[in-house]
Amino acid sequence: MNEPLLAAAGLIILTVAIGLIRILRGPDDVDRLMAVQLLGTGGIAALLLTAYATGVPGVDDVALGLALLAAFATMAFVNLLETDDDETELGETEP
Amino acid sequence: MIALVDLFSLAAIGAGVFFFFAGTVGLLRFPDSLTRLHALAKADNLGLGLVALGLLPRADTALAALKLIVIWALVLLSGASTAQLIGRALRRGRK
Repeated sequence: MNEPLLAAAGLIILTVAIGLIRILRGPDDVDRLMAVQLLGTGGIAALLLTAYATGVPGVDDVALGLALLAAFATMAFVNLLETDDDETELGETEP
Repeated sequence: MIALVDLFSLAAIGAGVFFFFAGTVGLLRFPDSLTRLHALAKADNLGLGLVALGLLPRADTALAALKLIVIWALVLLSGASTAQLIGRALRRGRK
């Protein structure tokens, strides 16, 4: 019963790795930010699956830690998104 | 005979992997940043939620099951607030 769990973890990692292409191709920084957040969540899911597949103690605590760090990392980087050149920060943004 | 419990967890984890894949495809294929944000939020919450649901019956102690729920709730909260932050940044024209 453990092999399907590991297979699912591998599948999730593969899927997230494909999602990282958005970082290369992403027109804006916000898309790169989203890809990193998807990587965080995919990492958590894969960690949980391997924790229950291999039974190694403490791996689900790593997933809990990653859940925290991924949230804070994304929130930290959201403020660094630079504004467009033509709009002022306080002015009316495009509709 | 594969116990019904294993069947349930396999089905839930399979659905979780599917939602991760759907979210990643959405992240890559959608034309606009806001629509990608929509797809990302689905993959995050639903994919991880189904994986956690699938792993629940395999948790040996109630505490481990509670930890799974806590991880998922944490990712739900952080994902929701992060999506709001990114959406607000996009609304203000910050790419």
